Amino acid sequence: MLRRSLLSGAAAFLAIHALPRPAEAAAPTADRQILHVLDRLGFGPTPAEFGHVKAVGIERYIAEQLAPQAIAEPPELAARLAGLETLRLDPIELFVRYGPRLPGGGVKPSPEEIKARRQAARIIAREAAEARVLRALYSPRQLTEVMVDFWFNHFNVFALKGLDHLWIGAYEEAAIRPHALGHFRDLLRATARHPAMLFYLDNWENSAPGSRMPNGRAVGLNENYARELMELHTTGVDGGYTQEDVIALARILTGWGLARPRMPPPDRSGFYFDPTRHDDGGKHFLGRDIAANGMAEGEEALDSLAASPATSRHIARKLAQYFVADTPPPALVERLAARFRETAGDISAVLRTLFASREFHASVAAKYKTPYRFVLSSARAAGLPVHNPRPLLGTMARLGMPLYGCPTPDGYKNTEEAWLSPEATTLRVSFATALAAGRLPLDRVPAVTPAAAAGPGMPEANEAANGQAANGPPVEADKLAMLLAPALSPRARTTIDGAEPTLRGALLLGGPDFMRH
Amino acid sequence: MNRRNFLVLSTAASVAPLALWRSDAAAEGGSTRLVVILLRGAVDGLNVVVPYGEPAYYAARPTIAIPKPGAAEGAALALDEHFALHLALAGVMPLWQANQLAFVHAAGSPDPTRSHFDAQLFIENGTPGRRVTEDGWINRLVAALPGPHGPADALAIGPTLPFILKGKAAAANLPLGPAANRKLAIDRPEVAAAFDRVYAGDDPVGRAYRQGRAARTELTASMNPEQQMADGGAPPANDFPVQATRLAGLLSKDRRIRIAFAALGGWDTHVRQGGHTGQLANRLRPLGDGLAALAQGLGPDWADTVVVVLSEFGRTAHENGDAGTDHGHGNVIWVMGGPVRGGKVYGEWPGLAPAALYEGRDLAVTTDYRNVLAAVIARHMRLPDRALAEVFPGLPPARSEVDRIIA
Repeated sequence: MLRRSLLSGAAAFLAIHALPRPAEAAAPTADRQILHVLDRLGFGPTPAEFGHVKAVGIERYIAEQLAPQAIAEPPELAARLAGLETLRLDPIELFVRYGPRLPGGGVKPSPEEIKARRQAARIIAREAAEARVLRALYSPRQLTEVMVDFWFNHFNVFALKGLDHLWIGAYEEAAIRPHALGHFRDLLRATARHPAMLFYLDNWENSAPGSRMPNGRAVGLNENYARELMELHTTGVDGGYTQEDVIALARILTGWGLARPRMPPPDRSGFYFDPTRHDDGGKHFLGRDIAANGMAEGEEALDSLAASPATSRHIARKLAQYFVADTPPPALVERLAARFRETAGDISAVLRTLFASREFHASVAAKYKTPYRFVLSSARAAGLPVHNPRPLLGTMARLGMPLYGCPTPDGYKNTEEAWLSPEATTLRVSFATALAAGRLPLDRVPAVTPAAAAGPGMPEANEAANGQAANGPPVEADKLAMLLAPALSPRARTTIDGAEPTLRGALLLGGPDFMRH
Repeated sequence: MNRRNFLVLSTAASVAPLALWRSDAAAEGGSTRLVVILLRGAVDGLNVVVPYGEPAYYAARPTIAIPKPGAAEGAALALDEHFALHLALAGVMPLWQANQLAFVHAAGSPDPTRSHFDAQLFIENGTPGRRVTEDGWINRLVAALPGPHGPADALAIGPTLPFILKGKAAAANLPLGPAANRKLAIDRPEVAAAFDRVYAGDDPVGRAYRQGRAARTELTASMNPEQQMADGGAPPANDFPVQATRLAGLLSKDRRIRIAFAALGGWDTHVRQGGHTGQLANRLRPLGDGLAALAQGLGPDWADTVVVVLSEFGRTAHENGDAGTDHGHGNVIWVMGGPVRGGKVYGEWPGLAPAALYEGRDLAVTTDYRNVLAAVIARHMRLPDRALAEVFPGLPPARSEVDRIIA
């Protein structure tokens, strides 16, 4: 059972006294800085993690987070993840078990069979989302979870595009998570070859003009992945490439496609390079000639994109925007880009420079939380046991950020401009009120209804923002207040001190200070 | 009696209690409305308004071209001797026949980018080529309209406030999905009172909170009870027609909303986009049906409403190797509504001959999208030229028949 901070004693609501004042706190500045680090390297503070950082110090905590293998994962979390079976299946197995039944033996599957398989396949996205939320809530390797969010958005795929509903979890497990703090070049290779990306940006069909797929269908050149690979994944839109470079890169990547389930593949990755569909002509890409060399041309192109100074600046800027400020300080971006180039894209090294920077430490509360971060951080701070993540996933969706539900390849933004809106604010306040009052059904695992299985992040749990029925004990407002007090403005302190006891938890989680991090 | 008629009659009779309502846009004499629909992802305009009179069109698209009017199967619906409408858009043909629907072909942005994200930003900020503009053109338009202003003068449909509405003027957003009318904790007075206090600060979050409270108060009061009932069921299979009907209800009931905005995705058809049937057709059908539902739902209000449908850029003239189309340049803009001089395809048609194509591959742009919007805003929203320059700064004047697209 996963109850990190099980409510001590009875679930009776304790009347809280006036919040601790800065003058009463032992070291207010240090405490604020601890919250800052927990808010940026992770998805916000829990009492246990606050205590840990207070004990070991901020520098040591940052070093720990950059070497996550040494941090023990709680066995309860491992046990929960072990129960999610589809997480362990490779892309080929996922296709065989859950993909469309191939018309074989002259028998076409009936519409009912097709529908039933689609229905059965929904477990994949559901389990992927559950794993993502449980890890974000309960893994002490918080920076890894934060970087999984960062890189998934950077290399976004969309669970509702065609076959990607089969591979969304496998993509995160195999292409993103292992490299979240690793090397950029490995991320690039892993995403370029993953069936989820190959399908999402259509490269699986990108072929030399006049080619045919194994089933005989005529195919040809497709620019989609080549363009986004430069514009979004590597150099950025101002990276200096031309339309001719887009076409050249598309030609270089012809034949990078999907393994066919009936052929014995070279491995279980689901990737297959089809030399018969590769364009063997010479190419001129980013100012140099690339000799015809089959699949190696693609690796050469990825090498040169990963090593491009434009890529270092693009990634540095995105990291600084994610971790420091919506408009990141140019000097910091330049230092991070230089570090990226010196280390050939070592993500941990770049982050170490970032977290040591004056700009990072001075950027307290400079960011507005995305819906993803707001929901996760409130559940973490509330300390209520989460056995059912659906109310959290439903709230993310209702706030416009369904997990695995960004249809466009640029992924979700993480800026205030993108997420602060009048409607979002009333919804967040309402969610916080329901959460704090214990009205969300987080503690019980409901039977899977067709509506609840509707797909990744679909707003199946709209009771989240409504919260009519009581489901569990309310949040312990005094404990929450102790945790969040260093980040409260004087206005919030006064208001919360004077509020009805039953609304104090809501005001802490739904107030303006908790919207920022 | 609906509220609109009541308003007209009562205002005419100068009934005293209506003083409150005089802040309504209607009472100010500026009752016209604008609805803007952005098709994110670059819709293939050459398969929306099909240049069937041009052999180059059929040569460029051997498997995805839409058959000519009169063809045995999948024939496009003739608009004139040169252009025809994708048959999945049959829902809007009655509006064309009533001269309430016009198209401007070969329209688009003067900026050459083929990046969806830059191009959408330029459509939204109204300053092609300039990324750092701090507000959206709809927000600038709201600010330029004669006051007084309310919290929902400009309304975006959806869970977030898109850039096109961002800026100094108040703007609201509201999802019109199945959960739109559910009660929230914030609707409880004691909850609202407590949060009102904690959000009293003059910072962006505090301002957004107060705008949200005001807009929610206004808009929930304007939701039709029958619509609220209809929301109880499962989400509709294809929700644009349903959302359009809801939007029509909201616009009819709340005359203070001057501008509404919605974005629809799913147009980035790189692979197997289909011809008269298939992927694109399946997207166009609910779009056309939804626009027809909007016109119908607005009833008498359609007479002073203009709807503009546009996309960030067009797609390649030639189909690609996968029976789809890649990112292109020029596109078609739709302008519809009671005040529109419709039944006509506007714009200078550059043709699809190889020499006429932009960079040898795309439909060229002969009409700046801002000139279409400027014509609508100037004539329909009655914005003086000076204010127009604030909405689209630096827009070069273009004298063309598009200037007369609004009666």
